[in-house]
Amino acid sequence: MNFDVVIVGAGIVGAACADEFAQAGLRVAVIEVGQIGGGATAAGMGHIVVMDDSEAQFALTNYSQQLWRALAAELPKDTEYEECGTMWVAADEEEMDEVRRKEAFYVQRGIPAEVLDARQLSEAEPNLRAGLAGGLRVPQDGVTYPPCGARFFIERAQARGAQLFQGKPVIELTGNGARLNDGSFIAAGLTVNATGSWAPELTPGINVQKRKGHLVITDRYPNFVRHQLIELGYLKSAHSISTDSVAFNAQPRKTGQILIGSSRQYGVEGKQIDPPILKRMLERAIEYMPQLAKLSVLRTWTGFRAATPDKLPLIGESAVENLYLATGHEGLGITTSLGTAKLLADQALNRTPAIPIEPYLPSRSTVETEHA
Amino acid sequence: MPDSIKLQVNGEPVSVPAGSMVSTSVAAAGETAFRRSVTGEARAPLCGMGICFECRVTINGQAHSRSCQISATDGQNVITEFAGIDEVGRMKSHPSSLVPHLSPFETEVLIIGAGPAGIAAAIRAAEFGKQVTVVDDNPVPASPGGQIWRADQTQPSSPEAREWFARLKSVNVNFVQGARIFAQPEAGCLLAETADGCCELRFEKLILATGARERFLPFPGWTLPGVAGAGGLQALAKSNYPVAGKRIVVAGSGPLLMAVAAYLKKRGAELLLIAEQAGWNRLLRFGAALIGQPSKIAQAVSLKKQLAGVPYLPGCWPVAAKGKDKLESVTLRRSDKSWEIECDYLACGFYLLPNVELAAMLGCAIENGAVKVNEFQQTSLHGVYCAGETTGIGGLELSLVEGQIAGLAAAGRQDEARRLFAERAGQWRFAEALNRTFALREELRALPTAETLVCRCEDVSFERLQKQASWREAKLQTRCGMGPCQGRICGAATEFLFGWGMESVRPPVFPARLENLTGTPAPSRAGFGGSLIG
Repeated sequence: MNFDVVIVGAGIVGAACADEFAQAGLRVAVIEVGQIGGGATAAGMGHIVVMDDSEAQFALTNYSQQLWRALAAELPKDTEYEECGTMWVAADEEEMDEVRRKEAFYVQRGIPAEVLDARQLSEAEPNLRAGLAGGLRVPQDGVTYPPCGARFFIERAQARGAQLFQGKPVIELTGNGARLNDGSFIAAGLTVNATGSWAPELTPGINVQKRKGHLVITDRYPNFVRHQLIELGYLKSAHSISTDSVAFNAQPRKTGQILIGSSRQYGVEGKQIDPPILKRMLERAIEYMPQLAKLSVLRTWTGFRAATPDKLPLIGESAVENLYLATGHEGLGITTSLGTAKLLADQALNRTPAIPIEPYLPSRSTVETEHA
Repeated sequence: MPDSIKLQVNGEPVSVPAGSMVSTSVAAAGETAFRRSVTGEARAPLCGMGICFECRVTINGQAHSRSCQISATDGQNVITEFAGIDEVGRMKSHPSSLVPHLSPFETEVLIIGAGPAGIAAAIRAAEFGKQVTVVDDNPVPASPGGQIWRADQTQPSSPEAREWFARLKSVNVNFVQGARIFAQPEAGCLLAETADGCCELRFEKLILATGARERFLPFPGWTLPGVAGAGGLQALAKSNYPVAGKRIVVAGSGPLLMAVAAYLKKRGAELLLIAEQAGWNRLLRFGAALIGQPSKIAQAVSLKKQLAGVPYLPGCWPVAAKGKDKLESVTLRRSDKSWEIECDYLACGFYLLPNVELAAMLGCAIENGAVKVNEFQQTSLHGVYCAGETTGIGGLELSLVEGQIAGLAAAGRQDEARRLFAERAGQWRFAEALNRTFALREELRALPTAETLVCRCEDVSFERLQKQASWREAKLQTRCGMGPCQGRICGAATEFLFGWGMESVRPPVFPARLENLTGTPAPSRAGFGGSLIG
C-alpha cells in the first residue's frame, strides 16, 4: 500500500490534517497508538478563542476561528460546538486598562468585543464575586467537545479514503514513512509528526516541552456560568515560562457542567493529580466565583500541552526533508487545529496560504534547536 | 429522638418515621420520579446505598444531593428535580462559610467501612490495645453494620450479628458516620466528606473494608422508577422506604435474593416470585457444597420457611420491565417460555461486585476485579490491608474471618492472625462454590436492545456503545461512565457485555464538593503567570 502522506497522531491536530489532505485528494494514512482524540485533545478545555499575545498568534487563532465558524453547521451534535463567547474578567482598574487595550486590539482587527463595567459584568455572570471591576466580552469565541471533533475529522478523512492504523506505536519516523513496533513500515511521500508533547520522541531536537495542566469538571448546573471566563490577573506577575502557575478559567459545557482550570507546570512527567497545585487552582477559582465551592465535582484529570519557547506552534517541514511538524500548540491546539491543517497542506502542496506562514515554520530562529 | 420527622417535599408537608432517609420522604409523598435524566426520563433510586446517584434531589437548595444517603430532618425542603439554580443562574443555597474543616483526626488503625469485615477488624485491633477509628458513609449516628447488617444493631437479624455487636460493645472503637473518603492528599492521610464539611484522617495502618455493590445489567425498561436493586430495595426499606402492600418481584442472582425477599415480606410487601438466573443443577451442586457449613444451612432453611408460598424459580430472569412513568409489569423468561407479571417493584441485582475504587485510587494492586492481598490481608501497599467482599465475593463468614486477620495483622499480632488461616481456607472453598454457582449465563448478554440505555447518568444507549472499541473510547466519544456514578453502574455492565476493563482511578473517588478538594494539608502561596488558556 502506498500513501502520499502518513500522519502520526490522531489528536485534533493530526485529525484535522488528515481531513485536509484527504480533501485535497491525497492518499492518507493516520497512525494512532491510543484513542482518537485521546491525548491532550481529551484533556483540554476545547475553548475556541482569538488571542492577542502577538500578531502571529492573533493571525493563526483568528484564521482558525473563522474556519471553525464556517464548519459549525456541519459539525455533529456531539461536538457540542457553541459560541458562548469569552469573558475576560478584570479584578481592578489596572486590569480594566488591559480590558480597554484588548478591546482596541480586537476592534481594530474587525473582531467584535465589548467592554463591560462592574454592573454589566455581574448581570452577565451573576456568580462572579462582587467587587470585580468589569470585563471584556468577545462574543464570537466558542467552546467545543474536542474528542468528538477529532473523530469527526478522522471519519471524514476515512470517507475520502484515508486509512487509520490504530493501537501500535511508531518507533521511527523519517521523511518517507513510519515504522511501527511490529517492524512494519508505512511508506509515504511525506510524513507529519502530530504527536503533541510527545513529538520530540519521534523527532529529536525540536524544542517542544511538556507543560502539565489540571482540570476539574462538575456535575450539571445549567446557566451557572454563561461565558468562558478567564481572569486577567496574570498581569500581576511576570510572564514566566518556568514556574508553576494557576489562573481562574471556567467554561460552561453544553451539558450544564462546568469545566474549571487552569494550571501550568513544567518539568513534570507523571500524569497523577498533584494535590497542592489542584488546591491552588481551585482556591483561585473560588476567589473569583465563591459559589463554585458548593458544587459537586465529578472528576479531575491532567494533560500535557506541547509548549514552545515563543508560544507559537511548529507548522511545516522539519530539519529532515519531507518530515513535517504539526505540534507545539500549547493551550491553543483545539482552536488552531484547523488553521494548522490548512497551512501545513498549503506548504506541502505549494498552495498560497491565507496568512503568512513564516512565524510558525519550524526553521524560525525563535525556536532554535536546543543543544543541551 | 422524636418518633416522626416533618419535612416538605415539593412544597407539601410529609411525615416520616425517625431514622428515615430523605428518599423515604420522597416516596412517602407519593412522588415516583426523584429526578429527570439528561434526556428527560423519570428516575428513582436503584442502588439504595449512595452509588448510582439516581436518587438525587435538591435538599435545602443543594442540588444533586443523594436522598438515600442523607437523613431526613425536621424542616428540610426537598425538591424532586434539579432546582439548585434560580432563574438568573444564582445558586439557591447560601453557604455560611467556606470549608468548615474538622481538625485533623489521628488514629493508629483507620478502617474504611463499618460492615462485618470492618467491625471484626476493629474489634480485634482494639482488643490488642490499638486506637481504632472506623469511617462509614451511612449517615445514621452510631449505626455500624454495613449493608448486610444495616439497622441491625438494636434487633440483630442473625446470631452472627448478635455476637459481633455484643463484642463491639466491650471494646473502645471510635466511629465516624456519614463520612465518605474521596481523596488521599498524601501518604498516611485521607480526606472524607461529611454533610457540611470535610475531615482529615491520619493513620498509621489502614484497613479497607469497603464491601461490595450489586451488579446491574441493562434490559429494556430497567431505568423505570420501580426497578431497583435487590439489596437496593432492601437498604431503602431498612430506612422505612414504604414497601408494605407493594407487589414485588425479586430477580437476578445470588443468595442475597432470598434474604431480600424475606426482609421485604417481613415489612409487609406482597412477594410474587423470586427469579434466579442460575439453573437448578448449579444450585443443587451448591447445596451439596453447603455440607459442613451448618450455619449457612440453618440460614437457608430459615429463609425458606419465611418465604413459604413464594415461588423460587431457578433458571429464570427478567427480560423487560414495562410501564409509562413507573414500573407496571415485568416480563420474565424461563427456558423457552416468557410471561408478564404485574407488579409495583422489581428488586433486581445480578450478584455482587467488590468496591475496589478506593483501593485502586490508593494504588493497591487489583486482580480479577478484587483487591489483591497476601496471607495477612495486606495489599500491595505496606501497612494497607483489605478484608471482606472487597478482596473477592465470599459471604459473611469469610468477611468476618478476613476482617479479624486484617485487624490482628494491623495490630502486629501475626501469630494470632495465623490461627485463623484454616478457618479462612474453609470459607474460600465456600466462596469458590458461591462464585461458580452464581456466574452469569450467556443469555444475559442479549438482554439489552439497541435503544436500551446502559449508562444511566449520561443516557448512553447500547447501540452507541456497540460502535466503540474500548471503555476509554466509549467514555471519550459517548460520555458513558462520565456521570456522577463515575462508571460504577455502567462499568460493571459493559465489562460483562463487551469485556471492557477498568481504567485507573483518580481523586475524587466519589463526587465531592469543590471546596473539599482544596482540603490538602500542605500550605502554599497562590501565584500566577504565563498565558491562560486551559
